[in-house]
Amino acid sequence: MHSIYERPKTFIDTATHFCPGCGHGIVLRLIAEIIDAWGIRGKTIGLAPVGCSVLAYNYLDIDMCEAAHGRPPAVATGIKRVHPDHIVFAYQGDGDLAAIGTAEIIHAANRGENITFIFVNNAIYGMTNGQMAPTTLLGQKTATTPSGRDAINYGNPIRVCELLSVLDGTSYLERVSLSSPENIRKTKKALEKGFKTQREKKGFSLIEILSPCPIYWRMDANEAMRYIDEEMSGTFPLGVVKDWESKN
Amino acid sequence: MKQLLTGNEAAAEAAIVAGCRYYYGYPITPQNELINYMSIRMPQVGGIFVQAESEIAAISMVHGSAAAGGRAMTSSSSPGISLKQEGISYLAGSELPCVIVNIQRGGPGLGDISASQADYFQAVKGGGHGDYHTIVLAPSSVQEMADLVYDAFDLADKYRIPVMILGDAQIGQLMEPVEFHKKPKRNIPPKNWALTGAEGRKRNIVKSFYPVKGQLEEFNACLQRKYKAIEEHEVRYEAVNTHKADIVLVAYGTSARICKEVVRKSRRLEFKVGLVRPITLWPFPKEIIRKISERVQCILTVEMSAGQMVEDVRLAVEGRCPVHFYGRTGGGVPTSSEVIKKIVEVVPDNRAVNTLLQLAGVK
Repeated sequence: MHSIYERPKTFIDTATHFCPGCGHGIVLRLIAEIIDAWGIRGKTIGLAPVGCSVLAYNYLDIDMCEAAHGRPPAVATGIKRVHPDHIVFAYQGDGDLAAIGTAEIIHAANRGENITFIFVNNAIYGMTNGQMAPTTLLGQKTATTPSGRDAINYGNPIRVCELLSVLDGTSYLERVSLSSPENIRKTKKALEKGFKTQREKKGFSLIEILSPCPIYWRMDANEAMRYIDEEMSGTFPLGVVKDWESKN
Repeated sequence: MKQLLTGNEAAAEAAIVAGCRYYYGYPITPQNELINYMSIRMPQVGGIFVQAESEIAAISMVHGSAAAGGRAMTSSSSPGISLKQEGISYLAGSELPCVIVNIQRGGPGLGDISASQADYFQAVKGGGHGDYHTIVLAPSSVQEMADLVYDAFDLADKYRIPVMILGDAQIGQLMEPVEFHKKPKRNIPPKNWALTGAEGRKRNIVKSFYPVKGQLEEFNACLQRKYKAIEEHEVRYEAVNTHKADIVLVAYGTSARICKEVVRKSRRLEFKVGLVRPITLWPFPKEIIRKISERVQCILTVEMSAGQMVEDVRLAVEGRCPVHFYGRTGGGVPTSSEVIKKIVEVVPDNRAVNTLLQLAGVK
């Protein structure tokens, strides 16, 4: 019998701790699929951040390291310098990467660290019950923007890919989403491109993934997917922001 | 062959001799000779030098290289070490070996750039959050700086613990002859916990997060057992003239150099002055201080602080004899005359007072 869909070997068979409708499980599964397909379990090291996805190592059967909040780019730098031929990736949320760890990601990008950053942007702090993230949309209600985010008091949502694109050290930056099967397939392609960038020693790669958090967006799962397409993708346009392979 | 080097340079060269190949730093006075030296030497030995964007990033890079199995080091001075505390707590919680050099300067805040010993509490009581210790080694010469840096890497690997070298601006900037005699390594256990890619083995996870009720308490009990073993086996100190001493000084680093001069000056007196110089500040040499406290008239602790180590001396003495303190702060360095004056002030025995006062040049 021919199996057309099964659990990747690298994806640990366990109950999920993520909330219903959360996007993290999808992204972690895609990473596991790529590790299996490429046969790189033995030479891949992952970084887990602080936030909902700290328990990424409960799902990925590879060597993994925790980092303090926002520090995965620096910790990953330390790992990559010891194992320059391994695939090293950091899995980070929006609070981790774009608020408390802004300095670390900008300087890892500026050094052109040959590491892949998987940036899960759900525009909220999920782990701590739904406070404003640096990527929270204008008007979006959160635990700390009860009347909706306004630019005067809270600043504007940060577009990480565009911000990093002006740095000469970055090689591949793409924003994708999990809002449909088609977009999930694009997300997998983007992750593969990130790992390829690293394997070919082309330098810094970051894939920003717009991901649903229905619980703290106070929506059902379908509404959350629509919210990504209709609202989030407006502020955070999907597509390639920078690509070392393209001629432009 | 002896070389004339600053303490900062000696620390850097000793790290390289000890097999450190990953150095991450951020400039701060008075430790700049160390980071500058590393930027030249690391590429020469095929090692890694990164000037990090911040002290926090530097200690986090150390975290990564240590987790990956490398011998890693960072260095800084007081305000920078405050910034590193987050990372040091995570390193302790992840049981990662590394070496952190603190060339102390005056504080609090931006303070100044001159020698100080005001980071004692921060170094020996934890510094960051949680119940943890780092081993703290206090050199008092350039040669000892080199020797302790080799040992620091071995101790770090042996116990999977961050080790701090607690120097000060004087020890860091002072030039003295130094020799790098590579010592045989202790029995270092293999790093089978390190992140190397899980090729043909079960995966390794380096973490400090234990969200399941009860697991963290269990882990803390393991840490405490490790700390107890270190307290039993790794205490180091130098005792000078303590055998028949009437009063014993307790001092480390630069203060201990000054106190040695006091001991030398007092040798021809009837009244005997001794010195205990802790080399490990954690684990603290409690036992020798307790023993001495049973036979001396009093103990005088001398520090370049408002009185920090003196608290540990008192805890060791437990009231068996009076414990006095003399200190200077904010870059002030005690002179031997000041220490002698303080001895005169605190000794209950009048025999020595006149000669001591002469020595101090006040009579």
